[in-house]
Amino acid sequence: MLVSKGIYHHIRSDVIAMLEAGTLLTEGRGQATRYAYADAILELGARNPDVVVLDADVSKSLKTTQFAEAFPERSFNFGIAEQNMMAAAAGMATTGLIPYASGYAVFLTMRALDQVRNSIHYPRLNVKIASSHSGITAGPDGPTHQGQEDLSLMRAIANSIVIAGADTVTTKRATWAAAEWEGPVYLSLTRDPVPDLYDESYPFEIGRAVVIREGSDATIVAIRDMVSQALVAAELLAGRGLSVRVIDCHTLKPLDEATLLQAAVETGAMVTAESNTIIGGLGSAVAELLVENHPIPMQRIGVRDTFTESGPYPQILEKYGMSARHIAAAVGKVVERKSLQVAR
Amino acid sequence: MAAVIRCDIIEMIATAQAGHPGGSLSATDIVTALYFRVMRLDPARPDWPERDRFILSKGHACPVWYAALAERGYFDKAHLGTLRRLNSILQGHPDMRKTPGIDMTVGSLGQGLSVGLGMALSGKLKGLDYHVWVVVGDGEVQEGSIWEAAMAAPKWRLGNLTVIIDRNRLQNDTCVRDVMPVAPLADKWRAFGWRVVEIDGHDMAAVVEALEAARACPDQPVAILAHTVKGKGVSYMEGRAEWHGKAPSAEQAERALEEIRRCACE
Repeated sequence: MLVSKGIYHHIRSDVIAMLEAGTLLTEGRGQATRYAYADAILELGARNPDVVVLDADVSKSLKTTQFAEAFPERSFNFGIAEQNMMAAAAGMATTGLIPYASGYAVFLTMRALDQVRNSIHYPRLNVKIASSHSGITAGPDGPTHQGQEDLSLMRAIANSIVIAGADTVTTKRATWAAAEWEGPVYLSLTRDPVPDLYDESYPFEIGRAVVIREGSDATIVAIRDMVSQALVAAELLAGRGLSVRVIDCHTLKPLDEATLLQAAVETGAMVTAESNTIIGGLGSAVAELLVENHPIPMQRIGVRDTFTESGPYPQILEKYGMSARHIAAAVGKVVERKSLQVAR
Repeated sequence: MAAVIRCDIIEMIATAQAGHPGGSLSATDIVTALYFRVMRLDPARPDWPERDRFILSKGHACPVWYAALAERGYFDKAHLGTLRRLNSILQGHPDMRKTPGIDMTVGSLGQGLSVGLGMALSGKLKGLDYHVWVVVGDGEVQEGSIWEAAMAAPKWRLGNLTVIIDRNRLQNDTCVRDVMPVAPLADKWRAFGWRVVEIDGHDMAAVVEALEAARACPDQPVAILAHTVKGKGVSYMEGRAEWHGKAPSAEQAERALEEIRRCACE
């Protein structure tokens, strides 16, 4: 057990203990990353007077009410009118303000997608978009509120930066890094809690994926809420004698090609894990990279070409094939395909 | 000056053999009044933080915006001949990153008023007294987002925001009334909390007076309903939906220029 501790990077020691005991998903402590965003934006508001927060009648849900209470003159609630909010954010950005437009993924990236594309990304205006309820983390609300396409849609837009933190540490740092980045940044946040994974040594940088677990037989590349599932999967596979690398690919775009290709070369098999649709998100991005540079056996875990349903978030992961054990099974398959290739 | 700008519009679109003459000509007197009489601006400093902002939300009518900027000295008039060409600073719809003086990238209808609202909120927050002017088309107000912005501006008492509705009664397909009626426009804007003024959008004195009065309205956004004629100044284009997005031939352009010049002399 002591030996395996050396394979983790930036993971808190209590989290490593829970991973080894198989209890992270039941006993891990953490919070929804929407709340990490709310805390981060409150701190940012105190340091940066240009930061303003725009809401669309879900400020209680995102707890951006904290910011509104602290900085009422810099808080603007647009009501249930995401299109107006997004284009107004663009207008504010033209004057030097740094608007953080906050809401739910489905409505910010779909209802207001035209504004997001034409008024924000095409002119490269300095608007930050913070979307809660991304992926299927809005479980019980059902498919109308599950933003299972946000990563795909935002990734398709030119000039976009797409980030999805896995826990409190990454989400807070992403929120702060967005303010330093000149241009649009999209932050994908969870509705449901996810375990806090990282200690303060976590080296957050936009566009730089982080190897959080060493391994040589295969690599799991995960994003947002699926990073914790990936770590659990890796530990399950360790029990079967497989050494699996885990990469937290918090920035979907720009993709950290160097880190991913190095993993592809060194481990020879790869599985992606996202609670986004497998069409156009992390799995697609990694597949595009590999097929053009270093084709290896690969499999994608994510929402297949379907809508899910209402239910507790962990149960949806289980029913729709995205839980840690599904990731582990996918790794088993790619490792087998790799061994067949070698034999051939 | 309006006649000069109308001539620029015809020449640009005829040279490019593409563009939207009808809605450019209907908005010409409004845009001319803003750039030559009303707006606080400095062509040498297009990024001056205290300048008034202008957004032509009906971005397809950008020939009128480009002509006004060129005539006002934001860039060399020679660029007007490059409209819609590869490597031009004059895109088919306005691009703030390519054209000096363009305050916002527009083209997808229904967004400019919201952008202007954001600029107006910024002005109040930063304590700057610039005014934000947004021109929308009467067909454009069919977009739902226009009414989201219409609802929001009175909430924040944005007296520094004025919308001018270019009421030319035609849109791409045919008459606004037949495609999707928008009337009664004055009542609608009033009901949303705006101060509404109705004018003849081609009576220069009335246009200037309405714009100056709008700037002086401190706590309430103003909607100027400007009754206009699509294709104004060119007899064969006036009131004809087919000239929404069609370029005149060389002969047609010559006739249009003669008409505009003759009218200006009278």
